[in-house]
Amino acid sequence: MSWANSWGLNAVDLARAQFAFTMSFHIVFPAFSIGLASYLAVLEARWLLTGREVFLNLFNYWLKIFSVAFGMGVVSGIVMSYQFGTNWSVFADKTGPVIGPLMAYEVLTAFFLEAGFLGVMLFGLERVGPKLHFFATAMVAVGTLISAFWILSANSWMQTPAGYAVNADGQFVAADWLKVIFNPSFPYRLVHMVLAAYLTTALVVGAVGAFHLLRDQHLAGPRVMFSMAMWMATLVAPIQILAGDQHGLNTLEYQPVKIMGMEGHYQSHPDGAPLILFGLPDQREGKVKYALEIPRMGSLILKHSPDAPMAGLDTVPRENWPPVPVTFWSFRIMVGMGLLMFGLGLFSLWCRWRGTLFQSRLLHLFAMAMGPAGFIAVLAGWITTETGRQPFTVYGLLRTAESASPLAAPAVGFSLIAFVIVYFAVFAAGVIYLLRLMAQPPHPGEAGPPSHIPARAAGITPAVEGIAPEGIAP
Amino acid sequence: MSAAIDLATLWAFIIAFAVFVYVVMDGFDLGLGILFPLFPAKADRDVIMNSVAPVWDGNETWLVLGGGGMMAAFPLAYAVLMPALYAPIIAMLIGLIFRGVAFEFRWRTQRERNRWDLAFAGGSWLAALAQGIALGAILQGVHVEGRHYAGGWWDWLTPFSILTGVSLAIGYALLGAGWLVLKTEGALRDKAYHLCWYLLFAMLAAIAIVSIATPFLHIQYARRWFTWPNVILTAPVPIAVAIITVLLLRALANKQDSQPFYLTLSLFALSYAGLGISMYPYIVPQSITIWQAASPENSQLFMLVGVAILIPLILGYTGWAYWVFRGKVRGGYH
Ligand code: HDD
Ligand code: HEM
Ligand code: HEM
Repeated sequence: MSWANSWGLNAVDLARAQFAFTMSFHIVFPAFSIGLASYLAVLEARWLLTGREVFLNLFNYWLKIFSVAFGMGVVSGIVMSYQFGTNWSVFADKTGPVIGPLMAYEVLTAFFLEAGFLGVMLFGLERVGPKLHFFATAMVAVGTLISAFWILSANSWMQTPAGYAVNADGQFVAADWLKVIFNPSFPYRLVHMVLAAYLTTALVVGAVGAFHLLRDQHLAGPRVMFSMAMWMATLVAPIQILAGDQHGLNTLEYQPVKIMGMEGHYQSHPDGAPLILFGLPDQREGKVKYALEIPRMGSLILKHSPDAPMAGLDTVPRENWPPVPVTFWSFRIMVGMGLLMFGLGLFSLWCRWRGTLFQSRLLHLFAMAMGPAGFIAVLAGWITTETGRQPFTVYGLLRTAESASPLAAPAVGFSLIAFVIVYFAVFAAGVIYLLRLMAQPPHPGEAGPPSHIPARAAGITPAVEGIAPEGIAP
Repeated sequence: MSAAIDLATLWAFIIAFAVFVYVVMDGFDLGLGILFPLFPAKADRDVIMNSVAPVWDGNETWLVLGGGGMMAAFPLAYAVLMPALYAPIIAMLIGLIFRGVAFEFRWRTQRERNRWDLAFAGGSWLAALAQGIALGAILQGVHVEGRHYAGGWWDWLTPFSILTGVSLAIGYALLGAGWLVLKTEGALRDKAYHLCWYLLFAMLAAIAIVSIATPFLHIQYARRWFTWPNVILTAPVPIAVAIITVLLLRALANKQDSQPFYLTLSLFALSYAGLGISMYPYIVPQSITIWQAASPENSQLFMLVGVAILIPLILGYTGWAYWVFRGKVRGGYH
């Protein structure tokens, strides 16, 4: 009939692709701005406490980067909130009474807070004074965390639904709001995601610091930011690995089929499951080819006993299988990134102890290479989570195929193409601007947004290509 | 049951309030984008951008509250309307992307600045037209079967929806011009005054045409407005529009900087009240009422607690942010 159908794509697949595509773009920005907002609050606090100019310089430096990243987070987020209605209207109708209020609370408690104080944070230092300005920065940082709280609660409820009933219209309704909000997987997901955002930011800050140290070891700003970032990596990477392990144990309890997908356990193992390190899962044949495995290690990690029996996907009807190859590989990518971050943390600790933190070229190169690792891990982690719960949108209760809008495939296909073109054009430009900002080292007397000009409502932060706007005019 | 009825009505007012705040707040932001091509000088553009840079994100957040709140309070309406308005909504989102990133991007580059100025203007036009078209498409009604939208994906496109699209863009432009009168000085302000005259007459014409066309869409709209005793309630609306118009003309003639913007806001409020009179109690006109679409009582109650506490707080700190950046905006080198 149409081009879309002739490729064998139906409206549901296209809607899934659209959700995955737009969501993957969106999450990159919050993952960075959640961490960066907190980092900015810390920098400003240290400036207020010590009065050292280097902290103010760093604050102004990262503030410009924050404003660009935040803007992209906002516009990509608005697309997300409307997508539930446009592409997933049955889902919206059925789950609206439960997760709708969670997202409404996100708007009321987080988005307004961030947006309300953002203007003052970006442009208001001269107008409101340092103390009130710090308050605004802190409010933006708190807002990003509250935002993560509610949206992760909504997502976790879809993963591990609790505290609900079903009404005569087939809608989910809340029976107990506390159980809905604090559903079983939520605390684990919240901790793991917020730590992930902090790590992601620390690795970017560290990479930028390393980049400038490679050129000049004596720059004050890059030294401070590199040191702060490496402390974060050293301390948070191991905690993140522990949090991930706990998250996995929780998943085993509430979504055992997802764990089978992550581990590649097609077969049941009555007396101890192996840990499959690598291999090629073959969904059709239902086994992992070329598996490199450690016997009984899987049971040891997941059940804390080497010969605990573990069920496999052979106990699950095929129509309920997650797409194992995706879940399996994305999980390994995330874990690999986590181990590399742990390695970077240890290496930096060793250099710090030897007093070569600002000299070791090897460390700086390693840190630069790890700059994007947080984003890769966050995306891989979400792909694990979201594909692992397929084929359901509300786990075990509402199938993805039954959640979509009654739309024709061409409608969804055209909007998907439009988003792909627009996102690549717009966000590629944004990323280039971000990289250009980062390519400059923070200068002594780094220009903040210039509100010293009387009766100005907003500021201009210097454009990178050379001509200095009024921001740095004396 | 009567408690549930009151809750649904209350929520209809809350969502209507959120959408109204969105329309006027982001309305003037978008209006500035619509007028942007008329201000080619870089210095003017810098001032125009700076006059809203600290507040545009907050303004846009009301749209998220309107959409998100609707999914929570009236999930059925959200589930029916979004697929019905598919193309306009996608167009609006894309417009808002271009418009939103332009605020930051245009300061980040000298060479590509014109490109982002174009994105700002084009995005604003697209978003404004799409919103107006969506409004028209809702008013003319959508085809519903069971709990689903059952029409095609081009049903929204009619002469009436194009009319409402253009009308809203004109209204936004008038708001934007009023904002410039309020926030700028010198030649820029004078030019904005000049634009206000044209735009005001265009907006009055648009209000008149939409008001005449609406009763022809559905006999119910005509009955709502023109039958006795409804007239007692509906007649004041056009009378008030006439009064505000006179005040606006006077403010423009006497160059009272602070007035045109707020008077235009009142004009919007009246048109909006008119819409409310036409639609109530339907949320999807002529097919789904607010009670049919309402979430269960406990969902609406749960959110009502938050709304009651948080909306006043939000209005408070948003007002503070506007206060911090009060007064005329100046640009250029000092
Ligand atoms: C910097 C990012 C980062 C790093 C280094 C790790 N993770 Fe992770 N992981 C995430 C970022 C993340 C995430 C993006 O935050 C996810 C996606 C959804 C979620 O809840 O968290 C996630 C999901 C996620 C899940 C899926 C749970 C579920 O869906 O039910 C498990 C089991 C783990 N992680 C376990 C680990 C382990 C054992 C790690 C050890 C190296 C690890 N993660 C490192
Ligand atoms: C933040 C990072 C996230 C990423 C990268 C992500 C990615 C994905 C991917 C790849 C899928 C497709 C799975 C498949 O079809 O096999 C998906 C599905 C889905 N996700 Fe997420 N997700 C994220 C977060 C969320 C959150 C926070 C929510 C809800 C509040 C959510 C709601 C959904 C829904 C409803 C689906 C089902 C529709 C579909 O299959 O496409 N996701 N997501
Ligand atoms: C793990 C998943 C998510 C996290 C941690 C997250 C977090 C955030 C944060 C911190 C922001 C502020 C902007 C920024 O910092 O860049 C934001 C913006 C936004 N997000 Fe997400 N988000 C997630 C997923 C989603 C999903 C699934 C939706 C849609 C339902 C969504 C809707 C929005 C909206 C509408 C905005 C714009 C807010 C504004 O106008 O200020 N987010 N998100």
